[in-house]
Amino acid sequence: MKLWNRLMCYCRRRSPWLFHMNSGSCNGCDIEIIASLTPRYDAEQLGVRLEGSPRHADILCVTGPVTHNAVEAIKTVYGQVYGPKAVIAIGSCPATTNVFIDSRTLAGPLNLHIPVDVFVPGCPPRPDAIILGVAKAAAILAARGNKPAAVASEPEVVGECAGNCTCCESNAKEVQA
Amino acid sequence: MSYKIPMGPYHPALEEPYKLDLICEGETVCDSKLRIGFNFRGIEHLAETRNYIQVVALMERVCGICSNIHTLTLCQAMEGLTGLTPPPRAKYIRVIMAELERLHSHVLWAGIAAKLMGFKTMFMTCFEIREKVMDVLCAISGNRVNYAMNRIGGVNRDISDPQAILKMVEALELEMAHTVIPIFTTSRTAISRCANIGVLTTEKAVSCGVVGPTARAAGLPQDIRRAAPYAAYEEMEFDVPVQPAGDVTARLLVRALEIMESCKILRQALAKLPPGEINTGDDKFPFTTGTATSRVEAPRGEVMYSVSWKEGSRTPSRVHVRTPTFANMPAIRWMVMGARLADTPLIQASIDPCYSCTDR
Repeated sequence: MKLWNRLMCYCRRRSPWLFHMNSGSCNGCDIEIIASLTPRYDAEQLGVRLEGSPRHADILCVTGPVTHNAVEAIKTVYGQVYGPKAVIAIGSCPATTNVFIDSRTLAGPLNLHIPVDVFVPGCPPRPDAIILGVAKAAAILAARGNKPAAVASEPEVVGECAGNCTCCESNAKEVQA
Repeated sequence: MSYKIPMGPYHPALEEPYKLDLICEGETVCDSKLRIGFNFRGIEHLAETRNYIQVVALMERVCGICSNIHTLTLCQAMEGLTGLTPPPRAKYIRVIMAELERLHSHVLWAGIAAKLMGFKTMFMTCFEIREKVMDVLCAISGNRVNYAMNRIGGVNRDISDPQAILKMVEALELEMAHTVIPIFTTSRTAISRCANIGVLTTEKAVSCGVVGPTARAAGLPQDIRRAAPYAAYEEMEFDVPVQPAGDVTARLLVRALEIMESCKILRQALAKLPPGEINTGDDKFPFTTGTATSRVEAPRGEVMYSVSWKEGSRTPSRVHVRTPTFANMPAIRWMVMGARLADTPLIQASIDPCYSCTDR
């Protein structure tokens, strides 16, 4: 049984299947997700595949600032993904609601409604950052499969502006000074 | 006996959330109902709370595919209120950005249409070519989607080396002429899936008030770049491709020919790029009380912005947007009537709908 578990974790890490959900996004991030799967960036060589049904997927990718209309749908879809599962918030919108902050028609950010494992900030994030996010989520997925109770306590942030770029460093220095 | 097939709003076959109810008899669609509003973020209301710098960044996020067009239209309307005129170089850079955006949008649409035809190879080919357009856009603006190029009274970034961009555009044109357009026009798969489906007659096109490539594919020679030239389009030479058939093939052809026209405009604009300033350099703007409108030909058709302002205010009192999909949407009903159920995804995609623009 232990061997079987380890095999399943290996497989999950090597073939993460995605379900993409648009919760009121502007199409920017959605296009970049598709771009990351096409020949230039070619996430498919990492075993990543975009699936048509949440029941076939391991990782839920959410884009958009979560409109009131989308909340119930997101919860339903999250429930339909079989465990172990991981959630990636793609773009700044699901992380912070971005420029749409204060809008009355939004119920975001996303982590108020479902637990998020990886944030890929950016407006929109580059395809390379999205692929990195998927790789991180796949590793989390594999760890979660070994110990079903283990849940990543702190969500990971990946991408260009994940707190270690030059602009963030200079901001931190200014704050310290 | 008719039955209803509900699609959406959160459906794997749809790129964006919207609801399409198809009323069918057997395999034939008799009627359809479209429900939108799932993408409503209240942007028009938010714009009233943002100042003249923030509103440009906000309006850029109306749509991720035609983001530059939205800021261009907004900035033109705000320039109407402030009485500023962008310098000639800025106007040329605006044309270059608008045409590059049209290129990437049309190639993207070609890819999506190919995917809906079940022609996955062409989907991948189109996206690979689109990456070359994105390279040019990224080289100019530094970002792949939201370019942040427009500001009141000009543009934010200069094109320092037009010759390098020109080389990229020439390579792009070659790729378009040798790969995309032959696939569009001669491939048996593409033609057999598109010919004589989703027909929109010229009379119906007039009565629905369709715009952009959908109108041009129904034999209506309308193009804002020609009818009411903005930016530097007055100085450009280009044709407006028109196809009389009104079916999906016609819409394919119109977009394919527009890709070539865009390349033509790009080459002219890059060759004639005048020297000088790229913006007026103002950072405080004397807004006058009133309403200004601006119309621009986006990749999907005509976009109109109407901006109202009160003198002395930092925020607009109203920003109204009218998007091309809003005008083209009602035509879907007449296109899918009598079509086979299997053809409806392609027919509804043939107007290149963008519901995030329409809902805002």
